[in-house]
Amino acid sequence: MAIFTIAKLAIREVVRRRLILALVALTLLSVALTTWGFSRIPTITQRGVPIPDVQVKLIASQFLILVMFMFSNVLALSSVFVASPALSGDIESGIALALLARPISRRDYVLGKWVGLAALVVAYAAAAIAIELAAVDLAVGYVPPRPLEFAAFILGEGLVLLSLAILLSTRLSGMVGGVIALVLFGMAWLGGIVGGLGAAFGNDVIENAGTVTKLVLPTDGLWRGAVYHLQPATVLAATNAAGPAATANPFFAATPPPTAYLLWSALWIAAVLALAVASFRAREV
Amino acid sequence: MSEPAIRTADLGKRYGKITALAGLALEVPRGAVFGFLGPNGAGKTTAVKLLLGLSSPTSGEAWLLGAPISDGSAHRAARARVGYLPELFRYQGWLSAREVLALHCELTGLARSSWRRESDRVLDTVSLMDRAETRVGTFSKGMQQRLGLAAALLGSPELVLLDEPTSALDPVGRHDVREIIRALRSQGMTIFLNSHLLSEVELVCDRVAIVDHGRVVAAGTFDELLSGDTVRIRATGLTDDALARFGTQQQRDGEWLVIRGLASAGIPDLVAEAVRLGGRVHAVEPAHESLEDRFLSLLGKDA
Repeated sequence: MAIFTIAKLAIREVVRRRLILALVALTLLSVALTTWGFSRIPTITQRGVPIPDVQVKLIASQFLILVMFMFSNVLALSSVFVASPALSGDIESGIALALLARPISRRDYVLGKWVGLAALVVAYAAAAIAIELAAVDLAVGYVPPRPLEFAAFILGEGLVLLSLAILLSTRLSGMVGGVIALVLFGMAWLGGIVGGLGAAFGNDVIENAGTVTKLVLPTDGLWRGAVYHLQPATVLAATNAAGPAATANPFFAATPPPTAYLLWSALWIAAVLALAVASFRAREV
Repeated sequence: MSEPAIRTADLGKRYGKITALAGLALEVPRGAVFGFLGPNGAGKTTAVKLLLGLSSPTSGEAWLLGAPISDGSAHRAARARVGYLPELFRYQGWLSAREVLALHCELTGLARSSWRRESDRVLDTVSLMDRAETRVGTFSKGMQQRLGLAAALLGSPELVLLDEPTSALDPVGRHDVREIIRALRSQGMTIFLNSHLLSEVELVCDRVAIVDHGRVVAAGTFDELLSGDTVRIRATGLTDDALARFGTQQQRDGEWLVIRGLASAGIPDLVAEAVRLGGRVHAVEPAHESLEDRFLSLLGKDA
């Protein structure tokens, strides 16, 4: 299968170009630093008395959300950086000439790149999340309520951006496609906050604008799903009691995204890949 | 097997207002070393890219080993029997030469058990065996071009398209490539050689097509293409009457008389006739119309 040949090639390229090495080294460094931070939480005192364990875990849960926000951003940025030159770079350098003259379809070439890079995104995210969660557990004895669901949402966010960057890469140079993907990613995040503000103030127009951004680029919607699964039940209950105002907070989600939204996100990825294949088919090499 | 290796009918390619190919009609018979000659920008590389499906035509049709380029799956299957060295040859710098070749073996669909043997064979052909395990990123341009040629020869394809295959090579490398092409011809392979180097084409090709402004301006074997032999004879003491006996295909060039369309076998008779008519022959130079002369005259430029 040509898809897997190209997928292996994409993986080998990223590994040989030492991107993985850099990411692993920096991730281990971040895990070490954040673990040190987590380990300091039990030393916090109030009026000379150490804070109770419940409070330690509460602080740890919120700190973990911030740390994971950083990881999800690293994942998002890395997905964009590896995917935006994936096709255009091969064409610009001339590498694609000899490859695409072989008995391989444009579809297999695009999907092969996606599969290879997606495997890397999944492997990196799964490993980084597992190590960080294990380290936090070791440092303060805190494990978020649903770590697997959380990881799945983070992966989904990475795959959405990966697919978008691949689509842009069929037509635009790596730099241009990368910048566009990142700006859209930022806008979607902001759209989530704006939509939350609309909900908080009961403004339907603004709330709908937020919903539209969640549908156009499902990164923030998936991030909210990830956050939801990191929140301990006590935090959810307390914040829900505060009313809809909390939905504007990008580090909070009162409810998990509906199943229909998950389906939409999966469809979104499939549609963007189909567009990428169609676009690359018509691309002159 | 009777269909030509390559056939194009009214194959055209426009980029906006620029016409890269204007109704190319071409036929490359099997087993030939076919030279596709033309000045820079004549549309040679465009034609090759269209044949390989790297670019789509804006008009016409082409057949690669009998498979129409408009038929995606048939054309893809035909590409398994085609080798290609692009003009812009770039291979994965992070792979070793052997890994690049293994990748091409895999994409071509060769059996995994044959990859090592095939890679060794083509590396040996292009004299890169000692660099098999070296990262391609450290290769010189010439070595990368040799590697590209090696990749094009994997799996002994029926047709090999070489786009300016010696552009980065030194004279020794060029000689080697000519020898490789001759060896491939003896194995019955069809070679499509894209080049603007007339000497290269003249030395290895059986047939040529000369293309200019996206159109074939002349095509055929060298015998068909070149007007034949010319003899220059320097003789004194010949009257105009005597000269008229040498036919109409002659012209004076100082003391030299240039006679066209005379096979070299006729030279002794020509000299004997000149002497019989009272002439004194000082020198005789058989000449051949060169491809360059023909090329330049076809492009509207005098030699």
